[in-house]
Amino acid sequence: MGSTTFGGSDRGYDMSLWYDSKPLKIGWFAMLAAVGSEVIFQRVFGYSHGLDSMTPEFENVWMGLWRFNVISNIIFSAATLGWIWSTRDRNVANVDPKTELKRYFYWMMWLAIYVFGVYWAGSYTLEQDASWHQVIIRDTSFTASHIIAFYFTFPLYITCGVASYLYAMTRLPQFSKAVSFPLVGAIVGPMMILPNVGLNEWGHAFWFVDELFAAPLHWGFVTLGWCGLFGGTGGVAAQIVARMSNLCDVVWNNESKDCLHVIPY
Amino acid sequence: MALFRTAEIIKASKLPPEGVKLSRMIDAVYFLPIAYLGVFATFHMHFDLLAGDWDFWIDWKDRQFWVTVTPIVEVMYPGAIMYYFWTFYRQPFGATLSITGLLVGKWITVVLAWYWWANFPVNFVMPATMVSSALILDCTLLLTRSWMLTAIFGVWAFAMMFYPTQYALFGYSKQPMVVDGQLLSLADYMGFTYVRTGTPEYIRIIEVGSLRTFGGHTVWISAFFSAFVSMLVYTIWWQIGHFVGQAFFWVKGKRGVMSRKNDIMIVGTDEFAARHGTPDGVAPKLTSARTLAEGKS
Repeated sequence: MGSTTFGGSDRGYDMSLWYDSKPLKIGWFAMLAAVGSEVIFQRVFGYSHGLDSMTPEFENVWMGLWRFNVISNIIFSAATLGWIWSTRDRNVANVDPKTELKRYFYWMMWLAIYVFGVYWAGSYTLEQDASWHQVIIRDTSFTASHIIAFYFTFPLYITCGVASYLYAMTRLPQFSKAVSFPLVGAIVGPMMILPNVGLNEWGHAFWFVDELFAAPLHWGFVTLGWCGLFGGTGGVAAQIVARMSNLCDVVWNNESKDCLHVIPY
Repeated sequence: MALFRTAEIIKASKLPPEGVKLSRMIDAVYFLPIAYLGVFATFHMHFDLLAGDWDFWIDWKDRQFWVTVTPIVEVMYPGAIMYYFWTFYRQPFGATLSITGLLVGKWITVVLAWYWWANFPVNFVMPATMVSSALILDCTLLLTRSWMLTAIFGVWAFAMMFYPTQYALFGYSKQPMVVDGQLLSLADYMGFTYVRTGTPEYIRIIEVGSLRTFGGHTVWISAFFSAFVSMLVYTIWWQIGHFVGQAFFWVKGKRGVMSRKNDIMIVGTDEFAARHGTPDGVAPKLTSARTLAEGKS
């Protein structure tokens, strides 16, 4: 035997009742393709069209990409959030424990894609921005680097974060009526990084244009980024582990369903 | 394997093979895509915007600020992450996970951005490493099982190890050379070759004290001071780990008042032991009505 067929019928149980990795694979690789394409765009048009914001070619190529980024993010956000809301579970309080386990996996996949977006925004494009500021002195807030960092990856991960929150609200009983303190922190904190760009650009416009990365002007990004700790290595993870453990006990250890109702729903 | 006692833990859960498989799938979805990527995404941003400049450039790697700033900033996240993994899972790898994550994030950017897009040579923008320091920090927690002793001894070693570790990587850049009659280090010369907005003479944040003339022990004074601040910072960040590790919900009561409520936390609680037993088969009796579920723990 020893087959690893996904359905797992030769294991004696059916994994597909509580696990389906397809959404994670689709979301993860879609995001990789989307951001990867924009990074390649930078390599192709950065030096040829992206050094002087006063030129017509900058307006065509780079501001054209900016407009595309803004519009595509609005469409992505509206479609994603609209879909999650319109397909919500109207009877979430009575969900079967095994189905709830499956939804927790789906939710973790939403969180994983959100985290991948935070990676592109907070790790990759952030330091890449440092490298580009060493190449040119900024003459605009819409540099070839900012157009992808601030106006593509930031709204992308914000949408995924809000989608994670909305998914929990509409599919998971515990989150349907109660408000999770760490989840609010994990989503809202990093979300506020985009508004903080306003402070950043204002400061760079009035105080200095050279790029000292450790300057206090940038510390708003830092403190808001710390809120990410509420998620994968904080209270949200603890909530997930606690709930899934209780669900497992109900499904496989004949535990009373009482343990599922500590948080009322 | 005896070290991890996995078999005993699985046995204590009393789950059938299907439940055990589900548990392993939680690990697969959670640890790499969520926990690890989440740590290095936000830690990278934290580090870059608090100490990044000293790490970006070889001619910023001085004996005063680089040695002082880097351990202080790098010990912050490990403090919170160590709290999380140690308190919730008794896993002593929080610091190593954080620091290796930071390095992965840094190196992806070094290759794809600094080298491929901005065209700086890799050895000019090569990041420092604190992996050996992180291993010592984790080992101290594992051996002492005390976060306070870890703060005192482990963090001290964490910071003092910084410069010796880097010397193997960057020592060559301290070689003296004469260019047009001017004595320079190799790092200085590379910096003048690659003039940028972050050129130290333009920003002026490296080595401005007079102590550097005192017999060449500037590095150790900087490291000693850095270790002192790092200890304090670590204790604060351990508590930040506690703060972000809170898992309560706000629940609206029948009269509209919001109150805090925790789900039953599974790990390390008497509730868990009472329900599942412990690996030794000894389940302590619950002696108090004050439970986590009531939000009083």
